Amino acid sequence: MKRRTFTSLVAGMSLAASMMGTSAMAQDNMRIALVVKALGIGFFEAAAEGAEEAAAELGNVEIIYTGPTDTTAEGQIEVINSLIAQGVDAIAISANDPDAVAPALQRAMQRGITVISWDSGVAEEGRMMHLNPSSTELIGNTILRLAADHMPDGGDVAFLSASATATNQNAWIAAAEEALPNFPGINIVATVYGDDLSDKSYREAQGLMASYPDLQAIIAPTTVGILAACQAVSDAGRIGEINVTGLGLPSEMAGCVESGATRSFAIWNPIDLGYSAAMIAHALASGEATAEPGAEIPMGRMGSVTLDDATTAAMSDPFTYDASNVADFADIF
Amino acid sequence: MTDTTRVIPDRLQSPLQRRVKSWESLLLAVAVAIFIVNSFMSPYFLNAWNLSDMTFNFTEKAMIAFAMALLIIAGEIDLSVASIIALASTAMGAAVQVGVGTPGLVLIGLGVGLLCGAFNGVLVTRLGLPSIVVTIGTMSLFRGISYIVLGDQAYRGYPADFAFFGQGYVFWVISFELVLFAVLALIYFVLLHKTNFGRAVYAIGNNPVGAEFSGIRVARVKFILFLLTGLMSGVAAICLTSRLASTRPSIAVGWELEIVTMVVLGGVSILGGAGSIPGVVIAAFVMGLVTFGLGLLNVPGIVMSIVIGALLIGVIALPRLWDKWRAHAAKG
Repeated sequence: MKRRTFTSLVAGMSLAASMMGTSAMAQDNMRIALVVKALGIGFFEAAAEGAEEAAAELGNVEIIYTGPTDTTAEGQIEVINSLIAQGVDAIAISANDPDAVAPALQRAMQRGITVISWDSGVAEEGRMMHLNPSSTELIGNTILRLAADHMPDGGDVAFLSASATATNQNAWIAAAEEALPNFPGINIVATVYGDDLSDKSYREAQGLMASYPDLQAIIAPTTVGILAACQAVSDAGRIGEINVTGLGLPSEMAGCVESGATRSFAIWNPIDLGYSAAMIAHALASGEATAEPGAEIPMGRMGSVTLDDATTAAMSDPFTYDASNVADFADIF
Repeated sequence: MTDTTRVIPDRLQSPLQRRVKSWESLLLAVAVAIFIVNSFMSPYFLNAWNLSDMTFNFTEKAMIAFAMALLIIAGEIDLSVASIIALASTAMGAAVQVGVGTPGLVLIGLGVGLLCGAFNGVLVTRLGLPSIVVTIGTMSLFRGISYIVLGDQAYRGYPADFAFFGQGYVFWVISFELVLFAVLALIYFVLLHKTNFGRAVYAIGNNPVGAEFSGIRVARVKFILFLLTGLMSGVAAICLTSRLASTRPSIAVGWELEIVTMVVLGGVSILGGAGSIPGVVIAAFVMGLVTFGLGLLNVPGIVMSIVIGALLIGVIALPRLWDKWRAHAAKG
């Protein structure tokens, strides 16, 4: 009995050892690991759904959806180490810390694993390319278009931003102002700051309505601001006169869309993002494309992206949500 | 046949029997079992490089666990260790910005660790405050300073040769961290099990008043233990910072509980007075093997935490249940 256990153990070990040498080659399936900031977050669950969609479309691709329990760099490094050990073909990561995960990812690349980052990027030396959900120009253009779509005769719009020092919001509003010539008849009358506080944003929205009686749209490129503005417009009984739009979360905005205070709003679509990340990882790992400045990388139904000098790319316009689809996404994020 | 002579043993169990039934043997059996299960479950497990990668999951924590074991055996605890890592790492990062080289960084890391340990030690031994309260306070204090200094920024730009501590290999797959882990294990083994200081640590844990009256300078021993724990946190900070090649104030967050778990799993009594370094060493391997093995199977992290929790309770509760059952069986 004892001897038999021992021999089977040895047999098992040598079997395991022999499998190790060949596993990478014998496997038909390409294994792509989608590493997220932490498990159990709706946004990332949706991204994983998108990655599975890409896998089904490509065939012979297995998605490993994984991540730490809490959003720490150390936890992600443990995950990365185990993925290196498994010899996956590609790692697509949304990083908790752009610098801390870089050494571990560099090691992954040294062992022949394709590494890309998406959503939240990794320092340049730790990945082959980074996929942004969108770009400053695309976001600026989109938020202005959302307002203009419902203003056929032109009119006044105002921005309700986060804080005056918020880098992202300032860049988006500047981009919107640059895109203004594309939308004839639209005037930007004011930009106010709600500091991403619900009550302050609410008061600023009230102030806008009082100061500009002809105001037709409030654009809030912040999830806190858009919700507060929607509330202020509803409370003032001016639904239908003033359209609140900008960037928001479907789960929070479903009520506003239903009441009509918001005709449509935008945010990146996590399903598309996961889908595109998986497509790009597949294209790079299979050698169909190379990650170098200027390279064009295909991503299935999402078209293709072109890498800039820092090997980053923007996926697409932010996705537009309105009465027709907001309920479906409200359950996701 | 009414011979009633009975041999009264001078030991209840032979040394061999005692060793076989010891906590360390039980843990070792668990470790071997996990190792075997892992090798069958995943074809990637039995690979020198992969096993070497695995050790990074626990070496830094285990370095602190050695000092923590002594502290807990002496009836105290230090919950600020992870925050000391953050503060030491922040200090090293700040030094990098003004051009300090690798030897200077190491000194700063160790120095900040020692200072933090001394601060805890003074509060506990001079003011007589309970260590759990003091170190919950300094846990927020030390990390708070890092947050004030760094905010949402990061320090990077560590010199290339600094990377050796966390990413370097001494020989083939044997990493520097693994060698350091082994050397420290040996030092702490000798310190706890072969010196007067070690006997004093046990004595204090079993009966601090009695220890005081037997001529042990309790406050001094405890102060040294806090210093050692701070120093080990500094050592871990150097290794972890080197491995991450950057510093953020959230570095090593939550490690204090993982380190205490490692110590308790290693058979150290949380009430003080009992425990051993070999136990902690094996516990470190057990935790590393479990998390790595489950990671290879892509088990989600939350399930991993549940497994570690169950392992801790299981390993501690089973021997007690066994004893109870035996006592019951003997009676009935």
